[in-house]
Amino acid sequence: MILVSVGTQLPFDRLIKTVDQWALARERKDVVGQIGPTDYLPKAIDYFPFMEHDRFFALQSKCRVMVSHAGMGSIITALELGKPLIILARDHLRHEHRNAHQSDTLRQFANLAGIYAARDETHLLELLDSHETLTARPSIDASAPREFVDRLAEYVQNTPHRSRRARLMAKLRRR
Amino acid sequence: MPIHALPKTSEDPAAILRVDMPPAPVEASIARFPARQRVLLIASGGGHWIELTRLADAFRHCQCEFVSTAPSLIAPIGDQPVIKVTDGSRDTLRNLISATRQIWRIIRSRRPDLIVSTGAAPGAIAIYIAKLHGIRTIWIDSVANSDSLSLSGRAVRPVADLCLTQWPELAERDPRLRYFGRVL
Repeated sequence: MILVSVGTQLPFDRLIKTVDQWALARERKDVVGQIGPTDYLPKAIDYFPFMEHDRFFALQSKCRVMVSHAGMGSIITALELGKPLIILARDHLRHEHRNAHQSDTLRQFANLAGIYAARDETHLLELLDSHETLTARPSIDASAPREFVDRLAEYVQNTPHRSRRARLMAKLRRR
Repeated sequence: MPIHALPKTSEDPAAILRVDMPPAPVEASIARFPARQRVLLIASGGGHWIELTRLADAFRHCQCEFVSTAPSLIAPIGDQPVIKVTDGSRDTLRNLISATRQIWRIIRSRRPDLIVSTGAAPGAIAIYIAKLHGIRTIWIDSVANSDSLSLSGRAVRPVADLCLTQWPELAERDPRLRYFGRVL
């Protein structure tokens, strides 16, 4: 099964249309898609707008390949489950997102094993055609690295909260 | 029996008052058994929620309650149900206003000691409401924002007690940001 997803907030028809046309042309019946709030209804993809987190995670665990926008949720889950992930970033110049952060994200994560960044729709079609050769293996744990968690816990436990007034008074006293 | 009528047990008249007194006063026992901090953790559904759950273990010593915009989520720690609020962004101001009202009510009724958010817009609103109530706040900007802080992050940067970026280069450029690590 190939699972394509666009997140919950915004439509991303450029991705859904390209994958739908590929599924139609290759007569694939095993493409499932989370299409978000959109007017474009796919012809070959088995689609739904949104799914609860746990049920969606079960689909992600079952699929052979994930295809998505450059959202951190998809990237983290693909690395955790060890699924090959084909990414097409939202282009804010085409009003696919509010700013350009998805291309920044993709630049940072495109080189990781198991992440396959599509430059454009044509490249996406090429990657879809070769999807059976794409590989990945689980490369991250279910929790953030221990040092980060411990440093945050240490801050929460040991930093006394002082209101702005208290901080101001302390500053005045030092003078 | 009035104190002056008590039999003298030693030369020091005040000694009678010290009999059977615990050696440590009340302040010390509070320090030994601090009340668990009550923490409200808030993140929009999707990536923001996933980033928050990956960090949840940092709050294992606290009494945690979670808020999100997605339905039927399960809290990564604790047994409290995840509170659902309306999703909103700067494109959907009407939803953002209703989310603001819901978050206001949640914060007023819970009065947590600390509010933590990994984004997006509803989390930033929670940080501001917390600030109005004198509650401590932590903002953790998403790992997605590698080149500049998110708009929500820039909005809360002046008020959040701790503002974390997940990219050391950003923390080097801006003294108001700190880098503790990355969620992956």
